[in-house]
Amino acid sequence: MAEFRMPSLGADMTAGTLIGWMKGVGERVSRGDIIAEVDTDKGVIEVEVFTDGVIDKLLIEPGSKVPVGTVLAIIDEESPTDEDKQSSNSQGTSAVSEPTRLPRERAVSTGRRLASPAARKLAESLGIDLTKIEGTGPKGRIQLGDVQSAAKILNATSSEAVARIDSKTDRSARMRAAIASAMTRSKREIPHYYLHTTIDLTRALEWLDAENTGRAIKDRILYNVLLIKAVAIALRDVPELNGSWEDGRLNINESVNIGVAISVRQGGLAAPALFEADKKSLGQLMLELRDLVERTRASALRSSELSEPTITVTSLGDQNVETVFGVIYPPQVALVGFGKIIERPMIVDGTVQPRQLINATLSADHRASDGHRGGSFLSAIVRVLQEPEKL
Amino acid sequence: MTEKTRTTYRDAVRSALREALSGDDRVFLMGEDVGRYGGAYACSHGLLAEFGEKRIRDTPLSESAFVGAGIGAALGGMRPIVEIMTVNFSLLALDQIVNNAATLRHMSGGQFSVPIVVRVATGGGRQLGAQHSHSLENWYAHIPGIKVLTPGTVTDARWMLGEALKDPDPVFIFEHALLYPVEDDIEEDRTAFDPWKAKVRRSGRDVSLITYGGSLHKCLNAAAELSADGIEAEVVDLRSLRPLDTGSILGSVSRTHRAVVVDEGWRTGSIAAEVMAQIMEGAFDELDVPVRRVCSEEVPMPYAKHLEDAALPQPEKIVAAVKEMF
Repeated sequence: MAEFRMPSLGADMTAGTLIGWMKGVGERVSRGDIIAEVDTDKGVIEVEVFTDGVIDKLLIEPGSKVPVGTVLAIIDEESPTDEDKQSSNSQGTSAVSEPTRLPRERAVSTGRRLASPAARKLAESLGIDLTKIEGTGPKGRIQLGDVQSAAKILNATSSEAVARIDSKTDRSARMRAAIASAMTRSKREIPHYYLHTTIDLTRALEWLDAENTGRAIKDRILYNVLLIKAVAIALRDVPELNGSWEDGRLNINESVNIGVAISVRQGGLAAPALFEADKKSLGQLMLELRDLVERTRASALRSSELSEPTITVTSLGDQNVETVFGVIYPPQVALVGFGKIIERPMIVDGTVQPRQLINATLSADHRASDGHRGGSFLSAIVRVLQEPEKL
Repeated sequence: MTEKTRTTYRDAVRSALREALSGDDRVFLMGEDVGRYGGAYACSHGLLAEFGEKRIRDTPLSESAFVGAGIGAALGGMRPIVEIMTVNFSLLALDQIVNNAATLRHMSGGQFSVPIVVRVATGGGRQLGAQHSHSLENWYAHIPGIKVLTPGTVTDARWMLGEALKDPDPVFIFEHALLYPVEDDIEEDRTAFDPWKAKVRRSGRDVSLITYGGSLHKCLNAAAELSADGIEAEVVDLRSLRPLDTGSILGSVSRTHRAVVVDEGWRTGSIAAEVMAQIMEGAFDELDVPVRRVCSEEVPMPYAKHLEDAALPQPEKIVAAVKEMF
């Protein structure tokens, strides 16, 4: 039996409202299927399932708001389909279901929740309610590891901040609160360092113009996609910027899932993932980016898109911004900001020439990487963008 | 400077004595069998021939008398090094140590100081029975007015004596007798040598093993075994029992959130108990499990090998104590 839980769809999410079930009891589901719709601060998200099996029980009624980590449904991974049942019966055997695991017996209640001092301290600093955590230590004592795994589920959001937001408050206020919580955590916990460089995009833009003339208008590629792809490829040189900082250590992610910051019209933003951006063609990335923008604005993102970005790219070029100094989205360890493309004089081969220049900024977590490596990363972006035909 | 010289703990003590005797005419060595016999553990072998009878003095079997004489010499301006054959015998001199050496600075209103260094062999594991095998250094660490060093490495054996002689007050150096034949590199660079600070001998994130002296190597062995099971132990060598480097203890526990204190003294009223109390006072919020200790069993030290081994802290006991914390 597998438990399907309310997922965390970002560092700022502590609870979600189940809008509806997309599958019913007895239906077979496989990894990646949309099983439910959940309303979050970021809009209605289609939630995917990560196990193959048959839905055994649906535990939560649509309309209920439950904390992240709450079991929503039970999926029977073993259960054979009707056909399987018939065939197995004909062989004279019957499927033996795994014995249901009994809940861990609680220690004799003394009216006081047993928790180690270190666990109490961490829970307090993260705003986690100890009564909601199950202890795995002796006598059911809550230990550091229990709080850390609870924090992982809750993604360490201050429950206080969320509690203050009435569930009836409108979405943009809730999104504001969610952003506030994530950004506060970022600036509180992450020692940012910033590196900045100016990139000559002249060649890349010329190449892109030529490339686009052969394409139908709807298939034309925006320069933003070049930048995203360049970031993705540059991460191969400096993988320590692609991942997360959790439990005091860096986890480098093998897939490059670029979170693209997309502003929402009513205010606020989301940064859903373009998965494995380093391996996709520019045309494919353009299609996916367009789809992502539309669904972000229509509040129809998928859970994995919100929970699995490994780095964020933000571009404020259309806002007349020359340089972006971004705030990292925890638990990620880096963010790349691009400003506006500006035509400026530049000395090339000894002569002054008009060139198309863009400012790129790296905000990186100094716990996870150092300036030297950050510099190598920016150099790699510059290099990759000088050979646009290879993108 | 990374120059290193390989030698035994015993030879390191002898080099330290020779350096002290050569460098300062006020220094002399005194104790039972230190001269003609060369020392019960051969630490002063050859020094009588080198420095003569005035500076390498054999004494009668009366700890109270020769420790008292050392205190008198120190008051008179000398820099005596007194050797006591085992810590059990030092009890005969407790009155001189506690009532005179430790108090005279206070009682004279700061007019007198007692710059004596007392070297004492300690510890079990050599089948010498219940009157030669105990670890009573924590008794001395209890007393304000004296300082207590416990060199657990060859480098500490080499350099701690010189630092002790610089101190204007009584300093006791407890040498675990099992360490004398241990061979290791001496770090020749002593510019940053500070005997009063604890040292992390091995870094680890999961548990702190806090220890000193003869138990240091047992902890390092236990840490190696734990590492094979995926538990990374940090080994903290206290080095000085008085003053105790509380900051280093709390720092390590704050990193690992678990601590086992390993001490060859008897459990009740041990240095381990003091370290545990310091952790409770200073790092309560950092603890994830109750602090544990591995000490000697509360019996007079048995003579029979298997019983003596069973009575002392051993790497297996340390490993077992750590594993119960996870």
